[in-house]
Amino acid sequence: MTVEAELLVRHPDGFTLDIALAIAPGEVVALLGPNGAGKTTALRTLAGLVPLSAGRISIAGRPVDDPDRRLWTPPERRPVGVVFQDYLLFPHLSALDNVAFGPRSHGAGRARSRERALDWLRRVGLADQARHKPRQLSGGQAQRVALARALAVDPALLLLDEPLAALDARTRLDTRAQLHRHLADHPGATLLVTHDPLDALVLADRLVIVEDGRVVQEGDAATITAQPRTDYVARLVGLNLYRGRADGRTVRVADGFTLSVADQVDGDVFVAFPPSAVALHPYEPHGSPRNTWPATIAAIQRHGDNIRVQLGGPIVAAADITAAAASQLHLAPGAPVWVAVKAAETRAYPAG
Amino acid sequence: MTRRARGRVPVVLLLPAVLGLAFLVLPLVGLLVRTPWSTLPQRLAAPGVLAALRLSLLCASLATLLCIVLGVPLAWLLARIDFPGRRLVRALVTVPLVLPPVVGGVALLLVLGRRGLIGSWLDSTFGVTLPFTTAGVVVAEAFVAMPFLVIAVEGALRGVDTRYEEAAATLGASRWTAFRRVTLPLVAPGVAAGAVLCWARALGEFGATITFAGNYPGRTQTMPLAVYLALEQDLDAAIVLSLILLVVSVAILASLRDRWISAP
Repeated sequence: MTVEAELLVRHPDGFTLDIALAIAPGEVVALLGPNGAGKTTALRTLAGLVPLSAGRISIAGRPVDDPDRRLWTPPERRPVGVVFQDYLLFPHLSALDNVAFGPRSHGAGRARSRERALDWLRRVGLADQARHKPRQLSGGQAQRVALARALAVDPALLLLDEPLAALDARTRLDTRAQLHRHLADHPGATLLVTHDPLDALVLADRLVIVEDGRVVQEGDAATITAQPRTDYVARLVGLNLYRGRADGRTVRVADGFTLSVADQVDGDVFVAFPPSAVALHPYEPHGSPRNTWPATIAAIQRHGDNIRVQLGGPIVAAADITAAAASQLHLAPGAPVWVAVKAAETRAYPAG
Repeated sequence: MTRRARGRVPVVLLLPAVLGLAFLVLPLVGLLVRTPWSTLPQRLAAPGVLAALRLSLLCASLATLLCIVLGVPLAWLLARIDFPGRRLVRALVTVPLVLPPVVGGVALLLVLGRRGLIGSWLDSTFGVTLPFTTAGVVVAEAFVAMPFLVIAVEGALRGVDTRYEEAAATLGASRWTAFRRVTLPLVAPGVAAGAVLCWARALGEFGATITFAGNYPGRTQTMPLAVYLALEQDLDAAIVLSLILLVVSVAILASLRDRWISAP
């Protein structure tokens, strides 16, 4: 493992970050979570910009922070590279000298550092902008210079803090694709901090989801999107999620409310189904085996080509319906509807 | 003509404003009016004038250099390091700003004079005496002018995002390297402005200089001291010397116009 870390940081305001991380060489791990979850704090402890309250960090086999043993390595002596959220390119230096700054600080001569920097600018496709000052670069270009600057020191651990958050939607798409390529070429470990599930899904091999300072779920993208374990993750991947007790093919998810599921499960389980599996009817539907219940409409939004209807009632749910289906219903907040979900479209999995 | 939407300017405000302006400008006009323009070239070429001017420029520049070497690190300490008693230190740094310069001169004599706390040691160990020497002029000017530089540079340092220094650290730069290659270039305009103010203050220094360094022509007699002396013997000479200082001051103001006197 390139990185083995147990991060424990206690903020004076009462917030506590307590997560464990392990990243293999060449692996890209995304730390995904809502704002204020402690992602950036975690990144800063690894970079050496925030000291741990307890726990330990080792990078490339070397301990760099271990409060119990009174051991702490300052950022300039850690084998890390950081791409900051707003890049923090030095405004008085050209793109070339920004990238050459790292090699220069690590003891390479001026000429050697510039040569190395130019090579990195070439790799990110910005050799022509080498002499430009940061303010002359577009957002996407500045992001690539920041990436080149972080990689030019050959870091064992590359840290990216919301690397695409400052970009507009169009630039973001291109830059994300390029970033994906560079991360694939990077032989060291990479930790990507983001609140954007798309960035995490596209760029990372493994996702670690953090809420309120703790890891709530981790795994590869397929597992997490198929089997979310918290409301936050379910919302990220667009699923309705319930926790309940299962007995065969029925799951009690709320007081006196059960869902029929296709999977044979027992005990503490999650039940998930996509909003597209939810059908709405003006009257109580009959027929094929499915879950039905009366609900009230809480909110209505456009969602792509469909209409997303938020439902209150015995359980909270989201439904995606077509405009044609919507025209059959009286869609207004507070209006009653009947909800139907086929058992075959639900997934149930153990919560333990 | 554009009509004034807010009505006339009240006389109670307008009258003192105009008086105030006249009060500031008229003495300078008077100086220009009374200047003996016909004999100006000869007077400028008089040996005493040039010597005083040279000494003033030299001492003010050396004092500014001293202030930069000592004051920029002091400003950095105040802006970046959270140490106990920082507020007290900042207050102490600004004392020379409000202290009557002549008191500063007396204080310098007590510490650096031949019998002073440090002065006697300097004298016995290195054979160095500061009072009543050109070096003494530099010390007196630096003492009075340093707060200007420290305050300007500290303000500039506080305006720089410290995360640039963090970025430099993650790239392998020690704190010294980060200061030299990132922080200092970013605050360079602030240092320059502080240095100019500091230089102007040093150039005009009178009280501390005459107390600590005396008034020896060619050695410690700077322009302000020469003006004071000339006033008692030869008024025209005093006017010419004053004119030179006025020209230098206006030149400094002009060089700083974007930074200090352009209103938002």
